Amino acid sequence: MDTSLLIAIFPQVLLDGIILGFMYALIALGYTMVYGVLEFINFAHSEIFVLGAFVGVEILLGLQARGMLDAFSPFLVLVLLLLAGMAASALLAVTVERVAYRPLRGAPRLIPLISAIGVSFFLQDAIRLFESIWRNAFNLVYPTMDQLNLRFQFTENIEISVKSLVVIAAALLMLWALHLIVNRTKVGKAIRAVAEDQATASLMGINVNRIISLTFFIGGAMGGAAGVLFGVQYSLINPYTGFIPGLKAFTAAVLGGIGNIPGAMMGGLVLGLLEAFAASYLSLLTGGAFGAEYKDIFAFSILILILIFRPKGLLGEVVRERA
Amino acid sequence: MTWLTALLNRSGPATGLVLATISLSSFAVAYYPRSLIAFLLFQGSILLLYFARVVPWLKRSLGLLTLGILMPILGTINGYYLEVATQVGIFVALALGLNIVVGLAGLLDLGYVAFYAVGAYTWAIFGSPQAGKFISESLVRFPLSGTWFFVFVLLGVIVAAIFGFLLGLPVLRLRGDYLAIVTLGFGEVIRVLANNLDKPINLTNGPQGITPISRPPLFFQPLLTVLGIPASPTVLYPLYFYALVLLIVGVVILVNRRLEDSHIGRAWEAIREDEVAAQAMGVPLVRMKLLAFACGASFAGVMGVIFSAKQVFINPESFTFLESIGVLSMVILGGMGSIPGAILGATVVTVLNLQVLKGLSLWLNELRNAGVTILGYNLANLPTQLEPAKYERMIFGFILILMMIYRPQGILPARRRTRELGGR
Repeated sequence: MDTSLLIAIFPQVLLDGIILGFMYALIALGYTMVYGVLEFINFAHSEIFVLGAFVGVEILLGLQARGMLDAFSPFLVLVLLLLAGMAASALLAVTVERVAYRPLRGAPRLIPLISAIGVSFFLQDAIRLFESIWRNAFNLVYPTMDQLNLRFQFTENIEISVKSLVVIAAALLMLWALHLIVNRTKVGKAIRAVAEDQATASLMGINVNRIISLTFFIGGAMGGAAGVLFGVQYSLINPYTGFIPGLKAFTAAVLGGIGNIPGAMMGGLVLGLLEAFAASYLSLLTGGAFGAEYKDIFAFSILILILIFRPKGLLGEVVRERA
Repeated sequence: MTWLTALLNRSGPATGLVLATISLSSFAVAYYPRSLIAFLLFQGSILLLYFARVVPWLKRSLGLLTLGILMPILGTINGYYLEVATQVGIFVALALGLNIVVGLAGLLDLGYVAFYAVGAYTWAIFGSPQAGKFISESLVRFPLSGTWFFVFVLLGVIVAAIFGFLLGLPVLRLRGDYLAIVTLGFGEVIRVLANNLDKPINLTNGPQGITPISRPPLFFQPLLTVLGIPASPTVLYPLYFYALVLLIVGVVILVNRRLEDSHIGRAWEAIREDEVAAQAMGVPLVRMKLLAFACGASFAGVMGVIFSAKQVFINPESFTFLESIGVLSMVILGGMGSIPGAILGATVVTVLNLQVLKGLSLWLNELRNAGVTILGYNLANLPTQLEPAKYERMIFGFILILMMIYRPQGILPARRRTRELGGR
């Protein structure tokens, strides 16, 4: 085994892991916030994430078709993409809650979960249907923005693209904004109150339905932002892209302790790093017998192990048994 | 609809109606073998037979006649229908298996298709030259001959049940929604393993899949030649597999019905309704849940073995999450915990996928090629990516959402559940 190679690629892997981790963290927030207030796995969150990516690519392709892509600063374009993606995903999340989850509130646990799986599948094909009619293609590629693809070369093995820095910066900004909303504002307090105890919160004059909608709105916006950043970072998207990142993000949320917002951020980072290291080192360490293709199994195994041995997650929030 | 129910409830007219629809639709299929509507009518007539109030012996013999004799005959006229019927049978067995886990025991399994994959790979690896790649030729020569198939049908049951047991063991302590996600993960793990275990030892041959897989021998062929019925394997095999699937579905239904009313079935339902209360009543939770997983898995295992022999070729693509959700939507559509429901759900969803969506695709293509103009829009301009056949997920999604919101007990609810929920 070539130890020097292992050490040489370490910083690059670390960086990839951090980017991936922020992506997971942003998506995981949607799962964890909804779970916090409703104790319900919003299975359709992965499609809410994908919608953000598709809104982003549509705007970019639209600008490109009009030859305006290079007219603006790429950072301005990116802000536009993020805002549009967040708005679209947030609205979708709220609509989905209104249509498919609210009528089922109070039903046995599995009923809304099955409905959510239905929404997830329906939305995948709805996006595909729309893109098939609109563009006659549903595997789309983010157009490149030259300035974002500039790379800083540090050493032979380490380079950072502007894109990656932007993705990290945007993710940090989002997480910070969310932190402010949840912990420093009145609505944030209301969200925490509803998560704590719905009945008591409503007795205190909090409109529980509005707060639940708001939770979906914020979670959806984070998912939409993650979708845009995913597209910018990895370029290739299709309507089914969301499934695996969604599952991983859920894993991240469970890892950090579901219902726990800082936990989701931490779980996302931990999972991203673990996955990046597994993807690059597994093959090197096992002499090529097992390679990067096992990184998904790796993530699922973590999920299963966490659920079995520490279902509260690393930053455990107590999960109550509902009789 | 009320007049139809009234009609079906009166023995005389109902019998007449059923006989008329069965004979009419069979003739329709025989005369217009390419007509989708004729075949749908034929299926509808079987459904009618189920609902109609007909003397039991007549009902049974009519059921046997339609499924056992008419269907194979119509299948020789249009081979695709036999294929559809066989697929329906396979999915009926899968839906009945999942019905035990989800419907009776109330454990949401989102990776059910993994057990189907386990069964399929069990026979595929040993019934093809594949096993020769890791077992020395001096020991056994692969592929095993087709006669072994029958041994592997049993083996498929056992291996899949063991996998069900192994999955159940660690996850039983989990609550419902976590359990669902873990089974989903398990399903993906099995698929990823099937996809990648072509190295370091070539077990599954990776994404290329395994082929050719041996089929069971046509042991009755000499008899047919003696009787003077000339038939080639290409004609016989589809009929053979249809009969095999029909037989197994029969066995599965029988096992299901016996289980449902046994103390095991009651224990499962008690667990579904309230775990804590069931435990207090002395239901051994762990043993019963494991049993549910193993039972459900074993049905999928058998069908996996048959599927791999029928297809002659399998690869991991047949065992995706999409398939698991497809089977789940069959169970949900028919009614969780209901045997007739699972059968109806499997039939409707499979026919929708294999026939209605594909039919729509073909129709759209014809329109596109013909360049018909509707309301000033030339259909030749329809996007080529628009293929209704590819929108299975949308169908599954629709079924799941609508059923959960409007009719969570399904189309044909389980009897016990109807009693509980009253007129709802």
